[in-house]
Amino acid sequence: MRSNRMGWGLLTPTLVILALVGFLPFIYVLYVGFFNWNAFSNQLGMQWAGVNNYRRLVFDGDFLDSLWRTGLFAFVSVGAELALGFLLAQTLVKSFPGRTIFRTIYVLPLVMAPIAVGATWRLLTIPGFGPIPYYLDKWFGIDFRLATYADQAFATVILMDIWHWTPFVTLTLLAGLTALPKEPLEQAQVDGANRWQVFRHLTIPMMMPVLLTVIFIRLMDALRIVDEVFMLTSGGPGTATQFIGIHIYRVVVPKTDFGYGSAMSLLVLYFTIVLCWLLFIALSQVGKQRE
Amino acid sequence: MKTSSFRKVLGWIGLYGLWIFMSLVTILPIYWMIVVSARSRVELFDRPTLLIKSFYAPNYIGPLTDPVFQRYLVNSIVIATSNALLVTILALLATYALSRWRLPGSENIFFWTITQRMAPPAAFVLPLFLIFTRIFKIGNWTMFDTHIGLILLYCVFNLPFAVWLMKGIMDGIPIELDEAAFVDGATRWTVLIRVVAPLVAPGLAITFILSWIFAWNEYLFAANLTSVEARTITTGLAEFVSVTGTNWGEMAAVATVAILPALIFLVFVQRYIVTGLTFGAVKE
Repeated sequence: MRSNRMGWGLLTPTLVILALVGFLPFIYVLYVGFFNWNAFSNQLGMQWAGVNNYRRLVFDGDFLDSLWRTGLFAFVSVGAELALGFLLAQTLVKSFPGRTIFRTIYVLPLVMAPIAVGATWRLLTIPGFGPIPYYLDKWFGIDFRLATYADQAFATVILMDIWHWTPFVTLTLLAGLTALPKEPLEQAQVDGANRWQVFRHLTIPMMMPVLLTVIFIRLMDALRIVDEVFMLTSGGPGTATQFIGIHIYRVVVPKTDFGYGSAMSLLVLYFTIVLCWLLFIALSQVGKQRE
Repeated sequence: MKTSSFRKVLGWIGLYGLWIFMSLVTILPIYWMIVVSARSRVELFDRPTLLIKSFYAPNYIGPLTDPVFQRYLVNSIVIATSNALLVTILALLATYALSRWRLPGSENIFFWTITQRMAPPAAFVLPLFLIFTRIFKIGNWTMFDTHIGLILLYCVFNLPFAVWLMKGIMDGIPIELDEAAFVDGATRWTVLIRVVAPLVAPGLAITFILSWIFAWNEYLFAANLTSVEARTITTGLAEFVSVTGTNWGEMAAVATVAILPALIFLVFVQRYIVTGLTFGAVKE
């Protein structure tokens, strides 16, 4: 009755679909990355190129710039979301009248299509009728033009990301805070520890697993951002907001340089995985030391 | 005594002030989009005001009566619903297998599926395009620009989360219930359909709704793996950007239509959104 055959049978459809649309593209991108293959070049078909595509990547200034830009964006926005999210989560731990309503409003951006988030922010920032340029000019005399000033575009993309994802950070950390055991916190207060000491030496270490999960998920999503930015700035002005996802999308896909594009895709995938793991290891070390 | 109650009042004012501010910051951008969708071009380029005094219906009527846009909308509904249904059924079968049998290696498989989601989708656009146009083809038919292509593809990000979410719920159903049914002569299938499935029904509903939202919201794959027949509403919304002389009112109207179903669904899944977005790693 408990033969494994039926168990595997029930798993098979899931595994087959994930293999076809998940694993196969992965193998394929690995394979194509070793070839010269340009759909519009004179030579048709694929020619073996060895690691040439990867060698080219290391010296591709535009690619490296977009990598650096993506890293900076992810670091700043995820950092801000964590700080803000932790602060807001603390205020939601205790129940108060109206908490449910505030929470419901607050999570609205989470279910919006990223492309619609981009559209929303685009409408806020269009020169001529968007309220942000209008009031910045009227109250502070700031000339706000996303399509002209690189710094403003970069900052607005970060703000948009914070608006979109801080609710996720807040709710996840809140779930962690609610699940914390009460006794050690109360005991510490009885022993005369002040709020900051409790927070630093008890709350943070106990929250480490949830914190790591949040950082992990947010970092990996921030590194792959495309939709919102595409809608808001299309990577501009110039290349000011051309993050790695948009770089692949805008530079490689239209040129149909399949081999080079595949190599770039794979490198970005590993860049993401390695960065996430490094951070993960570093943070869990810090967590252990504090305990 | 007096100072402590004074501080308490101050605390309350701070708390409510903070959350009223946060609610406004959250709602105003969305509200502004609805304002723009209700205004004509002439009204828009007037001074930006927040009040909706009149409703300029052509912004909505235009796209909603346009056959191209109608097709985008129908495609989105068909693809999101089919994908959510497929994901929910597969997750039920898979998690039942994972929680009732000890299958060597199966845990690793699901950890691997999570790494799938780490990949920047842009990195998979190119290989998927090549696979859809050159490998998944039968005669003249290719998977490019088909509903089934997107329905299967969206399993890549929906299935891992669905399995992780359902696994926790499935493990909570005591195996004694299965065994009691076997004693009564039931088969595995009857147990799964008649005993287990009804017990995990709320979990299945959440899985369905969250998968539906994620599939509905997807843009990058839809934009690159479809051209005419299977385009979705998110790609329709993005098309406004590339067109010169964008009709902002219409764009706002389309964006409003695009976020509406997810906002309605949110009412039902609010409590589970965290679990969904962390693939079941954090439970509320």
